[in-house]
Amino acid sequence: MSPRPQEEPLERRAIISGIGQSDIGRRLGRSEIDLTVEASLAAINDAGLTRDDIDGISTYPGMGVGTPGFSGPTTPEVQDVLGLRLNWHDGGGEGAGQMRAVIAASLAVAAGLARHVLVYRTVSEGTAQGEGGRQGIGGGGGGGKVPRFGGFMQWSLPFGAVSAAIWIAMVGQRRMHEFGLTREQLGQIAINGRRNAALNPKAIYSAPMAMEDYLAARMISSPLCLYDCDAPCDGSTAVIVSHRDAAADLDHPAVHINAVGTALRGRPSWDQFDDMTSMSARDAGASMWERTELKPSDVDTAQLYDGFSVLTMVWLEALGFCGRGESGSFVEGGGAIARDGLLPLNTAGGQLSGGRLHGFGFIHEACVQLRGEGGSRQVVRPGGRGPEVAAVANGGGPIAGTMLLTRGIR
Amino acid sequence: MVANGPSFRLLPRLSDDVAFFWTSGEDGVLRFLQCNACQFFNHPPGPVCRRCLSRDLAPHAVSGRGRVETFSVNYQEWIPGSEPYILAWVSIDEQPDVRLTTNLVDVEPEDVAIGMEVEVVFEHADDVYLPLFKPTSDGGHT
Repeated sequence: MSPRPQEEPLERRAIISGIGQSDIGRRLGRSEIDLTVEASLAAINDAGLTRDDIDGISTYPGMGVGTPGFSGPTTPEVQDVLGLRLNWHDGGGEGAGQMRAVIAASLAVAAGLARHVLVYRTVSEGTAQGEGGRQGIGGGGGGGKVPRFGGFMQWSLPFGAVSAAIWIAMVGQRRMHEFGLTREQLGQIAINGRRNAALNPKAIYSAPMAMEDYLAARMISSPLCLYDCDAPCDGSTAVIVSHRDAAADLDHPAVHINAVGTALRGRPSWDQFDDMTSMSARDAGASMWERTELKPSDVDTAQLYDGFSVLTMVWLEALGFCGRGESGSFVEGGGAIARDGLLPLNTAGGQLSGGRLHGFGFIHEACVQLRGEGGSRQVVRPGGRGPEVAAVANGGGPIAGTMLLTRGIR
Repeated sequence: MVANGPSFRLLPRLSDDVAFFWTSGEDGVLRFLQCNACQFFNHPPGPVCRRCLSRDLAPHAVSGRGRVETFSVNYQEWIPGSEPYILAWVSIDEQPDVRLTTNLVDVEPEDVAIGMEVEVVFEHADDVYLPLFKPTSDGGHT
């Protein structure tokens, strides 16, 4: 099933040369384009570039898809406001997770279509939701003329399965049945995130959370409670993807893209996927390891999507940090995933406490850690060295992408 | 007591490819698109059989019996006015890799278990018959 092996995966010709992030908050009341410009200019500056150097742009998803505040500005809007002259441009919501925009940029750079690509992801879900709380996909109901639904949503919306929270709750319950997953184990993902968020000045929630707080939270869709669900927010994250021959010009360590994982070998569906415990993370994870000589044991920190806590459990197994069904016992007690543990996990607090930056927060934090810029939350590995290999994963259900990033070339 | 579903049913569009499925319950029978060449049930429906690529497909009745593969009790009021309700993925006896996202009815959350046998009941909403599932009447709980 795997494509023909190459001498060198092409994504390895790309680096992340700069990173930037806007203010992040529950409800900033700022426009998405304003946040995006802030993050983008910070990333361009961090890479030691000017806007005249940027000749590519990419985002996820753009084009106004999804619930209010979800999609961020389109690439034409950002190109125009920054006055960019582009050789390559791309955006969309289909592909290997939210990071599909970064993966596409790496391949564009490798193919010579562009040299320095601005990649961004912007959300304003906090402001968009206002005081009304989180919305279901497809909206509410009642009163007036309500639209009918086609496509994949028709198979879930009529039954009130209107949120990814519900679809992922199904996976959580199945994992409890097959693997003996417990709520206390799920809680370790939330508590670990909160502990790390306390050291991230931009985090949404930083007040300490104990297991009893987690267990007492109101149920959303069993077995998921409020603290199993990420925190909608406003914010923008940007990275600059450049050709690796620009690495020598940087005033900080270059973050190299070692391998990407993009496979979707099962059915592209939440409820028809063959394995009800792993989802397509299984395929994306496997395909990444097929493209590198590195092993799971080489990874110094993992930044794994936690839109819902169950997804992080799924990714821990999909990326081979533990066996199938063993993520519950892997996180038991929280020691293995702590900053000084076997696999420091979601060191900026993840989306559960850091805010739902929708995948790109993990990419940003992996770069921060590899560059040794984590400050009070910097991971230090046994022997006193900084992290050299980071795994990043985005997505849930049929949406999954993963990347292996390294400090320097490996 | 939990509700049979949300306070308001968002309904599917009865386009040509799926209308048979969403109206099948009019006579109390659940149907899926079956391949006449290889007998594979294709769900969601498509123009060709995803197993053998034959175009010779037609709706075919099934027993309406299935099994709870996983479930969730939803408490969040995504749709205003909703009381808690039970969602499930139910596999059909004829081909267990076909699953429906659905609601479980006539059962309390504490009595739901993965593996329990269920049978279809239809809820009529406008021109649509939604397939919901209840524990089998012959008590097949094993």
